[in-house]
Amino acid sequence: MAFTIKMARAAVEKFNAVIEEKKEYLTDLDSAIGDADHGINMNRGMKRIIDKIQGKDYADFGGLFRDVAMTIMSVVGGSAGPLYGTFFMKLGQKLAGQGEVSVEEFAAAMGDGLSGVMSLGKSAVGDKTMVDAIDPAINALKEHAPEGDAAAWDAAVAAAEGGMKGTIPMLARRGRSSYLGERSIGHQDPGATSSYYLVSCLRDAFAEG
Amino acid sequence: MIGILVVSHSEDAAKGIKDIAVGMSGAGDSVLIEGVGGNDSGGLGVSVGKIFDALSAMLPKTEGVLVVPDLGSSILSSRSAIELLPPEDSSRVVMADAPVLEGAMMAAVEASGGSDLAAVADSAMDARNLQKCDH
Repeated sequence: MAFTIKMARAAVEKFNAVIEEKKEYLTDLDSAIGDADHGINMNRGMKRIIDKIQGKDYADFGGLFRDVAMTIMSVVGGSAGPLYGTFFMKLGQKLAGQGEVSVEEFAAAMGDGLSGVMSLGKSAVGDKTMVDAIDPAINALKEHAPEGDAAAWDAAVAAAEGGMKGTIPMLARRGRSSYLGERSIGHQDPGATSSYYLVSCLRDAFAEG
Repeated sequence: MIGILVVSHSEDAAKGIKDIAVGMSGAGDSVLIEGVGGNDSGGLGVSVGKIFDALSAMLPKTEGVLVVPDLGSSILSSRSAIELLPPEDSSRVVMADAPVLEGAMMAAVEASGGSDLAAVADSAMDARNLQKCDH
């Protein structure tokens, strides 16, 4: 089964709902190692995205993800704005003109998005960032695609969750938390956490068809 | 003419640093100095859209623009705004890895002497070595 524009839109709406529900938890995580604004910022950004996409009819992923990217970049305020903005912008550029793609194609587009994030943030796997949740999710999607799309998405969610939890013992090398040095160890990264939610929302939207 | 764009998490800080750079450098009208900051609701934060709009307004009036960001997301947001510009414009924007106030100030002094963008950027980055309490 293909991943469709309808699923992408549903995933964005689900992501908004999850961020709304988890905003205090994200802010708590961020207050331990960051500036305590990740939940509030993402919540403000996602709400504005919903306002933006409501009533609009998107024929392809390019239009939808471009609107998501531009809104999140300008509204979120913290680093998550340009980082998630770049992720969605590259995702949309790769999938422009298409309204349904295979799981492999979607994974490749997520790979483009992640490359954009890593180049913007000068970050790598293991730096205790959102990259640590998204990178294993993409790898799992690609690896498990031969077992079927549903299995691939489930594996991606499990991998993103593992990646998110894997940030706990890491030393932060990027962003505000890197100023803490060793004191950043022992805390789960808020960006990896919201990225895990994003992967879950993509899976849930796919599962609902 | 060279442009200097101060980017801060605070709109007040951006405007204040701009005012200091304009007033204390003696650059007068020879340099276009602007400040942009705050999220799009006016709170602490950075908006890619605001930076993009400021650059788009400054570039037609200048040979090039030096962006002097404060910290963290100011840097990422400035990079994103520059990437969104058309290539002929983005090639005329440079970001300074410099302390924001001292960098803006030293860039303004350099630019007021008629230097090109690369020299203005170098001067801003020299602000990293500025010793200000040793006399």
